[in-house]
Amino acid sequence: MTQSRFRYYLPTLIVAVAVIAGWELVVRLFNIQQFLLPKPSSIVQSLIEEWDIIQPRIWNTARGALGGFAIGCTLGIGMAFITARFVALQQAMMPFAIAANSVPIIAMSPIMFNWFGPTNPISWMMIVAVIVFFPVLINVTRGLTEVNPAALELMHSYAASEWKILQSLRIPNAVPFLFSALRVASVLSMIGSIVADFFGAERTTLGKYVTQEAAVLRFDHTWAAILVASLIGILFYGVIILAERWLIPWSQEGGER
Amino acid sequence: MSVITINNVSKIFNEGQANEVVALQDINLEIEAGEFVSLIGPSGCGKSTLLRLIADLLSPSQGQLSVNGKSPEAARLAREYGFVFQASTLYEWRTIRKNVMLPLEIMGYAAEEQTSRAQKMLEMVELSKFGNHYPRQLSGGMQQRASIARALAFEPPLLLMDEPFGALDEFTRDRMNMELLRIWQQTQTTIVFVTHSIAEAVFLSNRVVVMSARPGRIKDMIGVDLPYPRLFETREEAGYFTAVTQVRESLRDAFLSA
Repeated sequence: MTQSRFRYYLPTLIVAVAVIAGWELVVRLFNIQQFLLPKPSSIVQSLIEEWDIIQPRIWNTARGALGGFAIGCTLGIGMAFITARFVALQQAMMPFAIAANSVPIIAMSPIMFNWFGPTNPISWMMIVAVIVFFPVLINVTRGLTEVNPAALELMHSYAASEWKILQSLRIPNAVPFLFSALRVASVLSMIGSIVADFFGAERTTLGKYVTQEAAVLRFDHTWAAILVASLIGILFYGVIILAERWLIPWSQEGGER
Repeated sequence: MSVITINNVSKIFNEGQANEVVALQDINLEIEAGEFVSLIGPSGCGKSTLLRLIADLLSPSQGQLSVNGKSPEAARLAREYGFVFQASTLYEWRTIRKNVMLPLEIMGYAAEEQTSRAQKMLEMVELSKFGNHYPRQLSGGMQQRASIARALAFEPPLLLMDEPFGALDEFTRDRMNMELLRIWQQTQTTIVFVTHSIAEAVFLSNRVVVMSARPGRIKDMIGVDLPYPRLFETREEAGYFTAVTQVRESLRDAFLSA
Protein backbone atom coordinates (compact mmCIF):
# COMPACT_ATOMS: atom_id res chain seq x y z
CA MET A 1 0.00 0.00 0.00
CA THR A 2 1.40 3.40 -0.87
CA GLN A 3 1.95 6.02 1.79
CA SER A 4 -1.08 8.10 0.96
CA ARG A 5 -3.36 5.08 0.68
CA PHE A 6 -2.27 3.94 4.14
CA ARG A 7 -2.96 7.39 5.59
CA TYR A 8 -6.36 7.38 3.93
CA TYR A 9 -7.38 4.13 5.62
CA LEU A 10 -5.70 4.86 8.95
CA PRO A 11 -8.69 6.56 10.65
CA THR A 12 -10.92 3.63 9.63
CA LEU A 13 -8.42 1.17 11.08
CA ILE A 14 -8.20 3.10 14.31
CA VAL A 15 -11.98 3.15 14.65
CA ALA A 16 -12.16 -0.60 13.93
CA VAL A 17 -9.57 -1.41 16.57
CA ALA A 18 -11.23 0.93 19.06
CA VAL A 19 -14.65 -0.63 18.51
CA ILE A 20 -13.37 -4.18 18.96
CA ALA A 21 -11.35 -3.23 22.03
CA GLY A 22 -14.31 -1.33 23.47
CA TRP A 23 -16.63 -4.26 22.81
CA GLU A 24 -14.29 -6.67 24.57
CA LEU A 25 -13.97 -4.33 27.56
CA VAL A 26 -17.69 -3.65 27.92
CA VAL A 27 -18.61 -7.34 27.86
CA ARG A 28 -15.96 -8.23 30.41
CA LEU A 29 -16.72 -5.29 32.69
CA PHE A 30 -20.45 -5.75 32.80
CA ASN A 31 -20.29 -9.54 32.71
CA ILE A 32 -22.71 -9.69 29.83
CA GLN A 33 -23.89 -13.23 29.22
CA GLN A 34 -22.40 -14.89 26.18
CA PHE A 35 -25.82 -15.69 24.72
CA LEU A 36 -26.60 -11.95 24.65
CA LEU A 37 -23.34 -10.62 23.32
CA PRO A 38 -20.17 -12.70 23.11
CA LYS A 39 -16.72 -11.16 23.46
CA PRO A 40 -14.71 -10.67 20.28
CA SER A 41 -12.07 -12.92 21.79
CA SER A 42 -14.54 -15.76 22.28
CA ILE A 43 -15.86 -15.29 18.76
CA VAL A 44 -12.37 -15.69 17.36
CA GLN A 45 -11.76 -18.62 19.66
CA SER A 46 -14.98 -20.32 18.50
CA LEU A 47 -13.96 -19.74 14.93
CA ILE A 48 -10.66 -21.52 15.52
CA GLU A 49 -12.29 -24.36 17.47
CA GLU A 50 -15.14 -24.87 15.04
CA TRP A 51 -13.09 -24.29 11.90
CA ASP A 52 -13.32 -27.91 10.74
CA ILE A 53 -17.10 -27.71 10.90
CA ILE A 54 -17.41 -24.23 9.47
CA GLN A 55 -14.92 -24.50 6.64
CA PRO A 56 -16.77 -27.02 4.39
CA ARG A 57 -19.92 -24.95 4.76
CA ILE A 58 -18.33 -21.83 3.37
CA TRP A 59 -18.18 -23.06 -0.19
CA ASN A 60 -21.80 -24.27 -0.23
CA THR A 61 -23.10 -20.93 0.93
CA ALA A 62 -20.82 -19.00 -1.39
CA ARG A 63 -21.83 -21.19 -4.28
CA GLY A 64 -25.49 -20.45 -3.64
CA ALA A 65 -24.72 -16.74 -3.60
CA LEU A 66 -22.53 -16.80 -6.70
CA GLY A 67 -24.83 -19.08 -8.68
CA GLY A 68 -27.87 -17.00 -7.81
CA PHE A 69 -25.97 -13.80 -8.60
CA ALA A 70 -25.01 -15.14 -12.02
CA ILE A 71 -28.55 -16.32 -12.83
CA GLY A 72 -30.18 -13.14 -11.57
CA CYS A 73 -27.76 -10.91 -13.46
CA THR A 74 -28.08 -12.79 -16.73
CA LEU A 75 -31.87 -12.79 -16.57
CA GLY A 76 -31.97 -9.17 -15.41
CA ILE A 77 -29.68 -7.92 -18.16
CA GLY A 78 -31.45 -9.99 -20.81
CA MET A 79 -34.86 -8.77 -19.73
CA ALA A 80 -33.58 -5.18 -19.64
CA PHE A 81 -32.53 -5.34 -23.30
CA ILE A 82 -35.95 -6.64 -24.24
CA THR A 83 -37.87 -4.02 -22.29
CA ALA A 84 -35.60 -1.21 -23.50
CA ARG A 85 -36.27 -2.18 -27.09
CA PHE A 86 -40.05 -2.26 -26.74
CA VAL A 87 -41.03 0.91 -24.96
CA ALA A 88 -44.64 -0.16 -24.48
CA LEU A 89 -43.47 -3.30 -22.72
CA GLN A 90 -41.16 -1.28 -20.51
CA GLN A 91 -43.88 1.11 -19.40
CA ALA A 92 -46.20 -1.78 -18.61
CA MET A 93 -43.59 -3.75 -16.69
CA MET A 94 -41.71 -1.18 -14.64
CA PRO A 95 -44.34 -0.67 -11.89
CA PHE A 96 -44.51 -4.44 -11.43
CA ALA A 97 -40.76 -4.75 -11.30
CA ILE A 98 -40.47 -2.02 -8.69
CA ALA A 99 -43.27 -3.54 -6.64
CA ALA A 100 -41.85 -7.05 -6.89
CA ASN A 101 -38.49 -5.70 -5.75
CA SER A 102 -40.10 -4.90 -2.42
CA VAL A 103 -41.37 -8.42 -1.77
CA PRO A 104 -39.61 -9.82 1.30
CA ILE A 105 -37.15 -12.55 0.38
CA ILE A 106 -38.17 -14.81 3.20
CA ALA A 107 -41.60 -15.05 1.65
CA MET A 108 -40.02 -16.39 -1.55
CA SER A 109 -38.00 -19.21 -0.04
CA PRO A 110 -40.76 -21.71 0.78
CA ILE A 111 -42.08 -21.17 -2.76
CA MET A 112 -38.71 -21.88 -4.33
CA PHE A 113 -38.16 -25.01 -2.22
CA ASN A 114 -41.58 -26.19 -3.28
CA TRP A 115 -40.80 -25.66 -6.96
CA PHE A 116 -37.23 -26.90 -7.15
CA GLY A 117 -36.99 -29.31 -4.24
CA PRO A 118 -35.91 -28.80 -0.61
CA THR A 119 -32.47 -30.29 -1.03
CA ASN A 120 -31.70 -29.01 -4.51
CA PRO A 121 -28.97 -26.34 -4.52
CA ILE A 122 -30.88 -24.69 -7.39
CA SER A 123 -33.55 -23.64 -4.90
CA TRP A 124 -30.99 -21.61 -2.97
CA MET A 125 -29.69 -20.10 -6.18
CA MET A 126 -33.18 -19.17 -7.37
CA ILE A 127 -33.94 -17.34 -4.14
CA VAL A 128 -30.77 -15.30 -4.59
CA ALA A 129 -31.55 -14.88 -8.30
CA VAL A 130 -34.92 -13.29 -7.51
CA ILE A 131 -33.25 -10.84 -5.11
CA VAL A 132 -30.62 -9.92 -7.69
CA PHE A 133 -32.93 -9.86 -10.72
CA PHE A 134 -34.97 -6.78 -9.96
CA PRO A 135 -32.29 -4.21 -9.09
CA VAL A 136 -30.31 -5.32 -12.15
CA LEU A 137 -33.37 -5.17 -14.42
CA ILE A 138 -34.44 -1.73 -13.22
CA ASN A 139 -30.95 -0.23 -13.37
CA VAL A 140 -29.90 -1.64 -16.72
CA THR A 141 -33.22 -0.60 -18.29
CA ARG A 142 -32.67 2.92 -17.02
CA GLY A 143 -29.09 2.89 -18.28
CA LEU A 144 -30.19 1.83 -21.75
CA THR A 145 -33.03 4.32 -22.02
CA GLU A 146 -31.92 7.33 -20.00
CA VAL A 147 -29.46 8.69 -22.49
CA ASN A 148 -28.38 12.32 -22.86
CA PRO A 149 -30.76 13.76 -25.53
CA ALA A 150 -27.94 15.70 -27.19
CA ALA A 151 -25.90 12.50 -27.45
CA LEU A 152 -28.88 10.89 -29.19
CA GLU A 153 -29.25 13.87 -31.56
CA LEU A 154 -25.60 13.47 -32.40
CA MET A 155 -26.25 9.87 -33.43
CA HIS A 156 -29.18 10.97 -35.60
CA SER A 157 -27.01 13.55 -37.28
CA TYR A 158 -24.74 10.63 -38.30
CA ALA A 159 -27.78 8.72 -39.61
CA ALA A 160 -26.79 5.88 -37.27
CA SER A 161 -28.94 2.75 -37.23
CA GLU A 162 -30.73 1.69 -34.03
CA TRP A 163 -28.26 -1.15 -33.71
CA LYS A 164 -25.28 1.22 -33.89
CA ILE A 165 -26.95 3.52 -31.37
CA LEU A 166 -27.37 0.56 -29.03
CA GLN A 167 -23.76 -0.51 -29.49
CA SER A 168 -22.03 2.86 -29.33
CA LEU A 169 -24.27 4.84 -27.01
CA ARG A 170 -26.82 2.93 -24.98
CA ILE A 171 -24.66 0.06 -23.81
CA PRO A 172 -21.67 2.14 -22.64
CA ASN A 173 -24.13 4.52 -21.02
CA ALA A 174 -25.66 1.61 -19.10
CA VAL A 175 -22.41 0.24 -17.68
CA PRO A 176 -22.21 2.56 -14.63
CA PHE A 177 -25.89 1.86 -13.97
CA LEU A 178 -25.19 -1.88 -14.13
CA PHE A 179 -22.35 -1.62 -11.64
CA SER A 180 -24.38 0.34 -9.16
CA ALA A 181 -26.89 -2.53 -9.25
CA LEU A 182 -24.11 -5.12 -8.98
CA ARG A 183 -22.72 -3.49 -5.84
CA VAL A 184 -26.09 -3.86 -4.17
CA ALA A 185 -26.63 -7.31 -5.64
CA SER A 186 -23.29 -8.66 -4.42
CA VAL A 187 -24.14 -7.89 -0.82
CA LEU A 188 -27.74 -9.04 -1.17
CA SER A 189 -26.74 -12.37 -2.66
CA MET A 190 -24.81 -13.37 0.45
CA ILE A 191 -27.72 -12.28 2.62
CA GLY A 192 -30.12 -14.16 0.40
CA SER A 193 -28.03 -17.31 0.46
CA ILE A 194 -27.97 -17.37 4.26
CA VAL A 195 -31.56 -16.34 4.81
CA ALA A 196 -32.72 -18.97 2.34
CA ASP A 197 -31.27 -21.54 4.74
CA PHE A 198 -33.74 -20.64 7.41
CA PHE A 199 -36.19 -22.86 5.56
CA GLY A 200 -35.42 -25.89 3.51
CA ALA A 201 -33.90 -29.19 4.53
CA GLU A 202 -30.64 -29.73 6.36
CA ARG A 203 -27.54 -28.89 4.32
CA THR A 204 -23.93 -28.22 5.06
CA THR A 205 -24.22 -24.46 4.84
CA LEU A 206 -23.37 -21.48 7.01
CA GLY A 207 -27.02 -20.52 7.31
CA LYS A 208 -27.98 -23.91 8.73
CA TYR A 209 -25.03 -23.72 11.12
CA VAL A 210 -26.22 -20.32 12.34
CA THR A 211 -29.74 -21.57 13.06
CA GLN A 212 -28.50 -24.77 14.71
CA GLU A 213 -26.06 -23.05 17.03
CA ALA A 214 -28.56 -20.35 17.88
CA ALA A 215 -31.08 -23.03 18.79
CA VAL A 216 -28.68 -24.43 21.39
CA LEU A 217 -27.78 -20.93 22.57
CA ARG A 218 -24.14 -21.18 21.42
CA PHE A 219 -24.09 -17.62 20.17
CA ASP A 220 -20.32 -17.37 20.10
CA HIS A 221 -20.47 -20.03 17.37
CA THR A 222 -23.28 -18.18 15.69
CA TRP A 223 -21.29 -14.95 15.60
CA ALA A 224 -18.27 -16.81 14.28
CA ALA A 225 -20.28 -18.04 11.31
CA ILE A 226 -21.73 -14.56 10.77
CA LEU A 227 -18.21 -13.14 10.81
CA VAL A 228 -17.12 -15.56 8.10
CA ALA A 229 -20.23 -14.80 6.02
CA SER A 230 -19.62 -11.06 6.35
CA LEU A 231 -16.03 -11.44 5.24
CA ILE A 232 -17.17 -13.32 2.14
CA GLY A 233 -19.74 -10.64 1.41
CA ILE A 234 -17.10 -7.93 1.74
CA LEU A 235 -14.77 -9.91 -0.49
CA PHE A 236 -17.48 -10.24 -3.12
CA TYR A 237 -18.22 -6.51 -2.93
CA GLY A 238 -14.50 -5.81 -3.24
CA VAL A 239 -14.29 -7.90 -6.41
CA ILE A 240 -17.14 -5.87 -7.92
CA ILE A 241 -15.37 -2.63 -7.03
CA LEU A 242 -12.17 -3.84 -8.65
CA ALA A 243 -14.06 -4.92 -11.77
CA GLU A 244 -15.69 -1.51 -11.86
CA ARG A 245 -12.33 0.25 -11.61
CA TRP A 246 -10.99 -1.86 -14.43
CA LEU A 247 -14.01 -1.49 -16.73
CA ILE A 248 -14.87 2.14 -16.05
CA PRO A 249 -11.52 3.91 -16.05
CA TRP A 250 -13.02 7.17 -17.18
CA SER A 251 -14.74 7.85 -13.92
CA GLN A 252 -11.57 7.61 -11.85
CA GLU A 253 -9.58 10.65 -10.80
CA GLY A 254 -6.80 11.27 -13.26
CA GLY A 255 -7.58 8.09 -15.16
CA GLU A 256 -5.57 7.75 -18.32
CA ARG A 257 -5.38 4.76 -20.57
CA MET B 1 -24.51 28.12 -56.04
CA SER B 2 -26.85 27.69 -53.12
CA VAL B 3 -25.94 25.08 -50.58
CA ILE B 4 -28.99 25.71 -48.42
CA THR B 5 -32.35 26.98 -49.63
CA ILE B 6 -35.15 27.70 -47.17
CA ASN B 7 -38.56 28.48 -48.69
CA ASN B 8 -41.51 29.82 -46.67
CA VAL B 9 -40.65 27.57 -43.76
CA SER B 10 -42.71 27.62 -40.58
CA LYS B 11 -42.37 25.48 -37.47
CA ILE B 12 -45.13 25.20 -34.90
CA PHE B 13 -44.75 23.12 -31.75
CA ASN B 14 -47.80 21.51 -30.12
CA GLU B 15 -50.02 22.65 -32.95
CA GLY B 16 -53.66 23.03 -31.99
CA GLN B 17 -53.02 22.58 -28.30
CA ALA B 18 -53.10 25.02 -25.43
CA ASN B 19 -49.30 25.35 -25.32
CA GLU B 20 -48.88 25.94 -29.03
CA VAL B 21 -45.70 27.81 -29.93
CA VAL B 22 -44.96 29.33 -33.32
CA ALA B 23 -41.20 28.90 -33.29
CA LEU B 24 -40.62 30.04 -36.88
CA GLN B 25 -42.78 31.81 -39.41
CA ASP B 26 -42.23 32.43 -43.13
CA ILE B 27 -38.49 31.91 -43.14
CA ASN B 28 -36.80 32.53 -46.48
CA LEU B 29 -33.06 32.21 -46.70
CA GLU B 30 -30.39 31.17 -49.18
CA ILE B 31 -26.86 30.30 -48.23
CA GLU B 32 -24.11 29.97 -50.83
CA ALA B 33 -21.23 27.54 -50.82
CA GLY B 34 -18.27 28.65 -48.72
CA GLU B 35 -20.20 31.27 -46.76
CA PHE B 36 -19.94 31.80 -43.01
CA VAL B 37 -23.43 32.82 -41.90
CA SER B 38 -24.37 33.64 -38.32
CA LEU B 39 -27.89 33.48 -36.91
CA ILE B 40 -28.40 35.86 -34.02
CA GLY B 41 -31.46 36.98 -32.09
CA PRO B 42 -33.17 37.10 -28.69
CA SER B 43 -34.12 33.91 -26.87
CA GLY B 44 -37.05 32.20 -28.50
CA CYS B 45 -36.42 33.60 -31.97
CA GLY B 46 -36.05 30.10 -33.33
CA LYS B 47 -32.41 30.17 -34.40
CA SER B 48 -31.60 26.78 -32.87
CA THR B 49 -34.86 25.41 -34.28
CA LEU B 50 -33.88 26.64 -37.74
CA LEU B 51 -30.51 24.94 -37.45
CA ARG B 52 -32.20 21.68 -36.49
CA LEU B 53 -34.59 21.97 -39.43
CA ILE B 54 -31.59 22.20 -41.75
CA ALA B 55 -30.11 19.18 -39.97
CA ASP B 56 -33.32 17.14 -40.30
CA LEU B 57 -33.41 16.75 -36.52
CA LEU B 58 -36.82 18.43 -36.76
CA SER B 59 -39.30 18.65 -39.63
CA PRO B 60 -40.96 21.85 -40.81
CA SER B 61 -44.68 22.40 -40.29
CA GLN B 62 -44.79 24.24 -43.61
CA GLY B 63 -42.45 25.06 -46.45
CA GLN B 64 -39.39 23.34 -47.88
CA LEU B 65 -35.74 23.17 -47.16
CA SER B 66 -33.10 21.97 -49.54
CA VAL B 67 -29.57 21.08 -48.52
CA ASN B 68 -26.98 20.44 -51.24
CA GLY B 69 -29.87 20.11 -53.68
CA LYS B 70 -31.59 17.40 -51.63
CA SER B 71 -34.16 17.21 -48.86
CA PRO B 72 -32.68 17.63 -45.37
CA GLU B 73 -33.40 13.99 -44.69
CA ALA B 74 -31.48 12.84 -47.75
CA ALA B 75 -28.62 15.13 -46.81
CA ARG B 76 -28.59 13.69 -43.30
CA LEU B 77 -28.60 10.12 -44.58
CA ALA B 78 -25.81 11.03 -46.98
CA ARG B 79 -23.88 12.46 -44.00
CA GLU B 80 -23.36 15.81 -45.63
CA TYR B 81 -23.06 17.93 -42.53
CA GLY B 82 -21.35 17.96 -39.17
CA PHE B 83 -23.13 19.27 -36.08
CA VAL B 84 -21.48 20.95 -33.10
CA PHE B 85 -23.60 21.44 -29.98
CA GLN B 86 -23.22 23.92 -27.18
CA ALA B 87 -22.38 21.26 -24.67
CA SER B 88 -19.52 19.25 -26.07
CA THR B 89 -21.45 15.94 -25.98
CA LEU B 90 -18.24 14.00 -26.13
CA TYR B 91 -18.87 10.47 -24.92
CA GLU B 92 -17.25 10.26 -21.51
CA TRP B 93 -16.37 6.59 -21.89
CA ARG B 94 -14.24 7.20 -24.98
CA THR B 95 -10.84 8.80 -25.19
CA ILE B 96 -10.58 12.02 -27.21
CA ARG B 97 -9.17 10.13 -30.15
CA LYS B 98 -11.96 7.55 -29.99
CA ASN B 99 -14.51 10.32 -29.76
CA VAL B 100 -13.18 11.92 -32.92
CA MET B 101 -13.35 8.50 -34.58
CA LEU B 102 -16.99 7.98 -33.58
CA PRO B 103 -18.62 9.24 -36.80
CA LEU B 104 -16.04 7.33 -38.84
CA GLU B 105 -16.89 4.10 -37.03
CA ILE B 106 -20.60 4.58 -37.60
CA MET B 107 -20.06 5.46 -41.24
CA GLY B 108 -17.99 2.33 -41.78
CA TYR B 109 -14.58 3.75 -42.62
CA ALA B 110 -11.68 1.29 -42.69
CA ALA B 111 -9.68 1.05 -39.49
CA GLU B 112 -6.46 2.59 -40.81
CA GLU B 113 -8.38 5.44 -42.35
CA GLN B 114 -10.18 6.06 -39.08
CA THR B 115 -6.87 6.36 -37.27
CA SER B 116 -5.20 8.56 -39.86
CA ARG B 117 -8.16 10.92 -40.18
CA ALA B 118 -8.51 11.20 -36.41
CA GLN B 119 -4.83 12.03 -36.14
CA LYS B 120 -5.10 14.68 -38.85
CA MET B 121 -8.11 16.26 -37.17
CA LEU B 122 -6.48 16.28 -33.75
CA GLU B 123 -3.46 18.01 -35.24
CA MET B 124 -5.65 20.57 -36.95
CA VAL B 125 -7.28 21.55 -33.65
CA GLU B 126 -3.96 21.21 -31.83
CA LEU B 127 -5.00 18.42 -29.50
CA SER B 128 -2.70 15.69 -30.78
CA LYS B 129 -1.03 15.33 -27.38
CA PHE B 130 -4.38 14.67 -25.72
CA GLY B 131 -5.60 11.82 -27.88
CA ASN B 132 -5.52 9.31 -25.04
CA HIS B 133 -7.11 11.54 -22.44
CA TYR B 134 -10.72 11.31 -21.37
CA PRO B 135 -13.07 14.27 -21.91
CA ARG B 136 -13.36 14.98 -18.22
CA GLN B 137 -9.63 15.67 -18.10
CA LEU B 138 -9.89 18.49 -20.65
CA SER B 139 -10.99 22.09 -20.18
CA GLY B 140 -14.20 23.38 -21.79
CA GLY B 141 -12.32 25.02 -24.66
CA MET B 142 -10.37 21.86 -25.39
CA GLN B 143 -13.54 19.78 -25.32
CA GLN B 144 -15.14 22.06 -27.88
CA ARG B 145 -12.06 21.81 -30.07
CA ALA B 146 -12.41 18.05 -29.88
CA SER B 147 -16.10 18.39 -30.85
CA ILE B 148 -15.12 20.43 -33.88
CA ALA B 149 -12.49 17.85 -34.81
CA ARG B 150 -15.16 15.18 -34.54
CA ALA B 151 -17.62 17.16 -36.68
CA LEU B 152 -15.03 17.58 -39.42
CA ALA B 153 -13.58 14.07 -39.27
CA PHE B 154 -15.65 12.88 -42.20
CA GLU B 155 -15.05 16.14 -44.12
CA PRO B 156 -18.65 17.27 -44.59
CA PRO B 157 -19.19 20.21 -46.93
CA LEU B 158 -21.47 21.85 -44.35
CA LEU B 159 -20.92 22.60 -40.67
CA LEU B 160 -23.83 23.49 -38.38
CA MET B 161 -22.84 25.00 -35.05
CA ASP B 162 -25.26 25.78 -32.22
CA GLU B 163 -23.63 28.29 -29.86
CA PRO B 164 -20.51 26.12 -29.60
CA PHE B 165 -18.51 28.66 -27.59
CA GLY B 166 -21.40 29.87 -25.45
CA ALA B 167 -20.15 28.25 -22.27
CA LEU B 168 -16.60 29.59 -22.53
CA ASP B 169 -15.04 32.71 -21.05
CA GLU B 170 -14.40 35.68 -23.31
CA PHE B 171 -10.67 35.16 -23.85
CA THR B 172 -11.05 31.48 -24.67
CA ARG B 173 -13.95 32.36 -26.91
CA ASP B 174 -11.91 34.95 -28.84
CA ARG B 175 -9.13 32.45 -29.29
CA MET B 176 -11.56 29.76 -30.42
CA ASN B 177 -13.05 32.22 -32.94
CA MET B 178 -9.66 32.66 -34.58
CA GLU B 179 -9.05 28.90 -34.56
CA LEU B 180 -12.41 28.35 -36.21
CA LEU B 181 -11.64 30.86 -38.95
CA ARG B 182 -8.32 29.16 -39.57
CA ILE B 183 -10.05 25.78 -39.84
CA TRP B 184 -12.71 27.26 -42.09
CA GLN B 185 -10.09 28.63 -44.44
CA GLN B 186 -8.31 25.29 -44.47
CA THR B 187 -11.36 23.11 -45.10
CA GLN B 188 -13.49 25.50 -47.21
CA THR B 189 -16.72 24.26 -45.62
CA THR B 190 -19.93 26.27 -45.49
CA ILE B 191 -20.72 27.21 -41.89
CA VAL B 192 -24.06 28.14 -40.32
CA PHE B 193 -23.36 29.45 -36.84
CA VAL B 194 -25.91 30.23 -34.11
CA THR B 195 -24.74 32.67 -31.45
CA HIS B 196 -25.84 35.09 -28.77
CA SER B 197 -22.77 37.24 -29.13
CA ILE B 198 -22.79 40.20 -31.52
CA ALA B 199 -19.01 40.48 -31.40
CA GLU B 200 -18.61 36.83 -32.31
CA ALA B 201 -21.19 36.97 -35.13
CA VAL B 202 -19.51 39.98 -36.74
CA PHE B 203 -15.95 38.74 -36.26
CA LEU B 204 -16.62 35.34 -37.81
CA SER B 205 -19.20 35.83 -40.55
CA ASN B 206 -19.50 37.36 -43.95
CA ARG B 207 -23.24 37.66 -43.31
CA VAL B 208 -25.25 38.07 -40.11
CA VAL B 209 -28.92 37.06 -40.09
CA VAL B 210 -30.80 38.92 -37.36
CA MET B 211 -33.96 37.22 -36.12
CA SER B 212 -36.82 38.44 -33.98
CA ALA B 213 -38.93 36.39 -31.58
CA ARG B 214 -42.59 35.56 -31.11
CA PRO B 215 -43.01 34.47 -33.77
CA GLY B 216 -39.51 33.65 -35.01
CA ARG B 217 -38.80 35.66 -38.17
CA ILE B 218 -35.85 36.93 -40.11
CA LYS B 219 -35.64 40.63 -39.49
CA ASP B 220 -32.44 41.63 -41.22
CA MET B 221 -29.51 40.33 -43.21
CA ILE B 222 -26.38 42.33 -42.63
CA GLY B 223 -23.30 41.78 -44.77
CA VAL B 224 -19.94 42.12 -43.04
CA ASP B 225 -17.44 43.67 -45.43
CA LEU B 226 -14.22 42.96 -43.58
CA PRO B 227 -11.64 40.98 -45.53
CA TYR B 228 -10.32 37.57 -44.52
CA PRO B 229 -8.09 36.49 -42.88
CA ARG B 230 -9.39 38.29 -39.84
CA LEU B 231 -6.92 38.72 -37.04
CA PHE B 232 -6.84 39.87 -33.46
CA GLU B 233 -6.43 43.47 -34.70
CA THR B 234 -9.59 43.26 -36.79
CA ARG B 235 -11.58 43.75 -33.62
CA GLU B 236 -10.05 47.18 -33.34
CA GLU B 237 -10.85 48.40 -36.84
CA ALA B 238 -13.49 50.95 -37.72
CA GLY B 239 -15.23 48.62 -40.15
CA TYR B 240 -15.71 46.09 -37.34
CA PHE B 241 -17.34 48.63 -35.05
CA THR B 242 -19.65 49.83 -37.79
CA ALA B 243 -20.85 46.31 -38.44
CA VAL B 244 -21.29 45.61 -34.72
CA THR B 245 -23.33 48.78 -34.32
CA GLN B 246 -25.49 47.86 -37.29
CA VAL B 247 -26.22 44.44 -35.83
CA ARG B 248 -26.78 45.84 -32.37
CA GLU B 249 -29.32 48.40 -33.59
CA SER B 250 -31.14 45.81 -35.64
CA LEU B 251 -31.25 43.54 -32.61
CA ARG B 252 -32.53 46.32 -30.41
CA ASP B 253 -35.51 46.73 -32.68
CA ALA B 254 -35.97 42.98 -32.64
CA PHE B 255 -36.02 43.04 -28.86
CA LEU B 256 -38.37 45.98 -28.63
CA SER B 257 -40.84 44.53 -31.05
CA ALA B 258 -40.90 41.16 -29.28
